[in-house]
Amino acid sequence: MKRLAVIDSERCVGCQLCMFVCNSRFGDAGLTKSAIKVRSAGGIERGFVVVVCRACPDAPCASVCPTNALVKRKGGGVILNPSKCIGCMNCVEACPFRAIFWDVEDNKPVICVHCGYCVDYCPHEVLAMEVWPR
Amino acid sequence: MSLPSQVLHIDLTKRKYWIEDRGELFQLYLGGTGVAIRLLEEECPRGADPLGPENPIIFAVGPLNGVLPLASKTVAMFKSPLTGNLGESHAGGRSATAIRSAGYGAIVIKGASETPIYLAIHEDKVYFRDARALWGVSSAITVGRVIRELEPSPGLRTIMRIGRAGENLVRYSAVMLETYRHFGRLGLGAVFGSKKLKAIVISGSKIVRVKNRKLFREVYREIYEQSIKTPLMKKYYELGTPINISPLNKIRGLPIKNLKETSSPLAEKISGELMAEKYLGRRVACSHCPVACIHLAALREPYPDEKYFYKTTMISYDYEPMYALGCMLGVFEPEGLLKLLDAVEVLGLDAISTGVAMAWATEALERGIIRKEDVEVELKWGDYEAYIEAIHKLANASNEFYKVLGMGVEKASEVYGGKEFALAFGGNEMPGYHTGPLAHIGFLTGARHSHLDSAGYSLDQEHLKEGKLPDPEKGAEELFKEESWRQILTSLVICFFARKIYKEDLTVKALRVVGIETNVEELRKLGVGILKAKNRFKIREGFDPSKLRVPKRIFETPSPHGKIEERYIKRAVSKFFELALGQGDQ
Repeated sequence: MKRLAVIDSERCVGCQLCMFVCNSRFGDAGLTKSAIKVRSAGGIERGFVVVVCRACPDAPCASVCPTNALVKRKGGGVILNPSKCIGCMNCVEACPFRAIFWDVEDNKPVICVHCGYCVDYCPHEVLAMEVWPR
Repeated sequence: MSLPSQVLHIDLTKRKYWIEDRGELFQLYLGGTGVAIRLLEEECPRGADPLGPENPIIFAVGPLNGVLPLASKTVAMFKSPLTGNLGESHAGGRSATAIRSAGYGAIVIKGASETPIYLAIHEDKVYFRDARALWGVSSAITVGRVIRELEPSPGLRTIMRIGRAGENLVRYSAVMLETYRHFGRLGLGAVFGSKKLKAIVISGSKIVRVKNRKLFREVYREIYEQSIKTPLMKKYYELGTPINISPLNKIRGLPIKNLKETSSPLAEKISGELMAEKYLGRRVACSHCPVACIHLAALREPYPDEKYFYKTTMISYDYEPMYALGCMLGVFEPEGLLKLLDAVEVLGLDAISTGVAMAWATEALERGIIRKEDVEVELKWGDYEAYIEAIHKLANASNEFYKVLGMGVEKASEVYGGKEFALAFGGNEMPGYHTGPLAHIGFLTGARHSHLDSAGYSLDQEHLKEGKLPDPEKGAEELFKEESWRQILTSLVICFFARKIYKEDLTVKALRVVGIETNVEELRKLGVGILKAKNRFKIREGFDPSKLRVPKRIFETPSPHGKIEERYIKRAVSKFFELALGQGDQ
């Protein structure tokens, strides 16, 4: 399989287009449902941090889900079954990268599905799809 | 909601806030400038003291913010403490995305706090936080660092703050956001300071609805490709705005040493090319802009007291600040210029007004109009260390002279003399173009007295290629048409650097994404209406086009079009205000 990878965060200019287009997959604008996040590394002068699911082969977020709403995906990462999710946020806490975001509208986690849509809108080759596990 | 409609009202005196639905305003006037001018008419009492609690601070975004790329700006409106009439300034950073995601189309702040505070606006909640400990902190950058640690939502928020200059009510102090962007012009910093408002943080993660999803993707892709894959935006992302220094120097349109000169071989030392080669350390962008025009220089300096001990400072450099603090002051030493730019950033001053004020003071000192005892510093063209010392005195309003200079060169020249070389237009200090008469007519007639109102500098350069100027009346019509259309861009709110992408037809198409059905004719008419409303507000507050002062210096120093004729300027200005103040298109 393939995963979305942060190739070089030093090239990131902080435009956040990846965040906007990720959200737009669901049809609307804004950033509520974005599964990727760009923030400064302690002030814009220090550059940016790009936070996204790394598709763990053995994902801790799935292990702490009390309702099996998060299922480990073959090859890494997880798939969410929203009908089982009770919104406990255990998964958010379990991810050391804090790469699980929260959709306040639906009260459900937002999890990267590694579709690569954001890669097409990264003007500076910060992001790429790569074969995974390496 | 696919269109913005909520207006957040904050009363700093009573520490109260409430939300109003003003959907009708956004339907009629889109957002940004269009809505802000109506709110200013409503909220600002006639004859208000710009530094009194009655002066409102209005922030407005529009229907394309948070939706499409390059719609990345927020409009701020207020009564200007510098000109005494319309205050309008635009900034990017993350402000537009944050305000829209917090659920608002506009925010109106009135009243004044007795003690320093900062506002934390997180969606529907507003917190009035104690900022006594932040008041007087020497660097506006530090203030941002402190608030960054105190408040939630990194990456999804804007942090606006003022520096010492704003606290001390320097009439051209700025509001800094995300460290390198600013509401720079016309003194919003002083309005913050007068309200004891040190900073505002805004965040949210509300969804922004679109009406036409299929068209949304299509238009998104089209705009993205135009901004990245065509040469339209190249000058902004490669070398950035300093790319202008060399060509303006070559055509002899670059104001140097208070516009005594317009060209110098030394200017090539701070050209966009050389700055990028030697100092460019990082390029950054506003939220939702793939262009990344913000150029940061990495200045590496050794500490004199310890061997092999260095500090590296990231300093933003752009054409206008480099013109004002570099060319106008004869500072062509790149590292000295970077230090000056950094000082202005830290103190929270508008770079253009500060540079022009220092240039006036230098010439006034040369001519003996002001005394060494007034200035306390031996100001000399090129001596950046002296200028750094002087701007600290300016930001701290350290004596009577600096207090007056902090009111702008219009005021300073009224008090001390030297009007003929006090380069202010409509009370606002001059931007970096002596390209011909149309640039200056733009400064005089533009509602904000800014080069970006109608881009006369650009028209001058186009006509230079043709080899002749239009009739003054025709020139005025061109400027009026341009300024009118720009009201639409700033109502949506799109960055002016994207004006060649958001042409009329694409703008109409982009509006259909959010459910606004309109056409080019209607938008043009609306643009004229908004511009007229702005001019009406100015007249209401005492602006008199017949009393506009034109500094003699611009007639003495030849432009690329040769000597500028006073008669040409007068005829064009008169024609412009005939158009801007005439009846119709309310």
